[in-house]
Amino acid sequence: MLPKDQLAVVLKDKFQDSFIEITEFHGMLTIHIRGEEVMSLLRTLKTDPRFAFNFLANITAVDHLEMGGHARFSVVYHLLNQHEIRRIVVRAWVDEENPRLPSAIPLWKTADWQEREVFDLFGIEFEGHPNLTRIMNPDYFQYHPLRKDYPLQGRGERDNFKVVKRSIGSKWQDRRSFE
Amino acid sequence: MTLEAKALSTEKMVLNMGPSHPATHGTLRVIVELDGEVITKVTPEIGFLHCGFEKLGEHLDFNQYVTVTDRMNYISPMCNNVAYALAAERLLDIEVPKRAQYIRVLMCELTRIADHLVQIGMQAVDIGAFTVFLYGFRLRERIYDLFELVCGARLTTSYTRVGGLMRDLPDSFEPLARDLLEQAPATFKEIDGLLTHNRIWLDRTRGIGSIGYEDALSYGLTGPVGRAAGIDYDIRIKEPYSSYEDFDFDVIIGKNGDVYDRYIVRLNEMWESLKICQQVLDNLPDGPINVDADSKYILPPRPEVFNSIEGLIHHFMVTMENRGFEPPVGEAYVPTESPNGELGFFIVSDGKREPYRVRTRPPSLINYSAFPKMMEGMMVSDAVAVLGSLNIIAGELDR
Repeated sequence: MLPKDQLAVVLKDKFQDSFIEITEFHGMLTIHIRGEEVMSLLRTLKTDPRFAFNFLANITAVDHLEMGGHARFSVVYHLLNQHEIRRIVVRAWVDEENPRLPSAIPLWKTADWQEREVFDLFGIEFEGHPNLTRIMNPDYFQYHPLRKDYPLQGRGERDNFKVVKRSIGSKWQDRRSFE
Repeated sequence: MTLEAKALSTEKMVLNMGPSHPATHGTLRVIVELDGEVITKVTPEIGFLHCGFEKLGEHLDFNQYVTVTDRMNYISPMCNNVAYALAAERLLDIEVPKRAQYIRVLMCELTRIADHLVQIGMQAVDIGAFTVFLYGFRLRERIYDLFELVCGARLTTSYTRVGGLMRDLPDSFEPLARDLLEQAPATFKEIDGLLTHNRIWLDRTRGIGSIGYEDALSYGLTGPVGRAAGIDYDIRIKEPYSSYEDFDFDVIIGKNGDVYDRYIVRLNEMWESLKICQQVLDNLPDGPINVDADSKYILPPRPEVFNSIEGLIHHFMVTMENRGFEPPVGEAYVPTESPNGELGFFIVSDGKREPYRVRTRPPSLINYSAFPKMMEGMMVSDAVAVLGSLNIIAGELDR
């Protein structure tokens, strides 16, 4: 694959303003791009013989509310080229007001459940996803728990739990109070 | 006389498996749409065991989260511990000593044997053979005895630390481990003899739940499930971590991608793991198991804590809530080959004591997402066989 500087030139040439930058941390390259163009970048990385990343290992997201970044959320794709054994990370940045980006299902079917998970936990929507519903939390759940403004303890969801009363309960309670 | 085929009026039936079903081994629900006994559509529903581990990870420091990782995949806890420690060490840019790396490999491979024994046994139970499970469990118990000897716990091991291990192997470990490695082949042969050429087993597993190479790539299948479909990719060989490059072993590849091939891949992987364990025990180097204590990543030795003020301060600095080491700003992802497939922890750090984000790449979730594809045109009873062959661990599936 091309070295970091050349890769930046090639991608800048192809994606113009949508391309943000390439960073490197402990040997792992990360391509930063605006969310709306991520699909064409992924398609290039998959089909272009210079890259040939044939395997999508992981999709996740990070909420940059406290950390700072190019936007509020970044959706992270971990790609793998199984023939030349190389990995690369793609970070697609999406805004807080309109957290939407195209779905990667046409390229890799593994994106299906992982995008649902990102939608469930971060509230980022994927355009063109056939079944974008919650996967971990129940359908009536209103929040997106992995966002940084959602507290660890939850927002009173437990208070609404139904109290189960059994007929035997009162008897046991009486005995306890008696002792 | 000719029999006239009479068109029967039929309609599709919806069958609900789970959330609590003996064959699901964990709470997961499968909604099966049936035409007669043939499955037309499968809709898995997951999330019953969602515990918010990833949210919790943002509030626990690097060493505290180790205890959470082994609760994710409770069938192969050591592999999760190692995967998390490796990711944290990549982030901090430290390398543990050779002895610690070898011990980690040994623990991972023992875990792999235990995991595959349980998987094969449980699948056999689901299909209707109980004996295999009992034979396999006998060996697994002995492996867990070794874990208990090493770290005090059988299931929730929490053996690794960022920068090393909880403690060194006890002296009594090696003879017991060698004894175990000597007796393990007998169990593998028993399983092999009971299942590999068993007519019923073949009928129930051959051609069932098969998935092709292209589909397997597209669905992101890894581990025994992916290798059974012909994907020649084992992270231990292709991207060696923790000194796997020092050991000599083979990768088992299937070609049909059906339940039987997954069984064959797992069975032969146990033999390969045995080879690795033997090599680790033969070549185990002496030396420390932790990085240098001056690096402030690990706790100092106990005598130092009790006998010197510097040691006490050091201990205090590592353990207290508002102290601890501070990692650089950055991110790390280290793929590892867990018994189920590619397991990696993606850690993002903003320079604070707790990680900013911890994501698990869960092989169970990703392998399970191909389940509807595998079940196309199969029978109801095959659903149980395929579920067993994927080895879904609900704790890791939902996290």
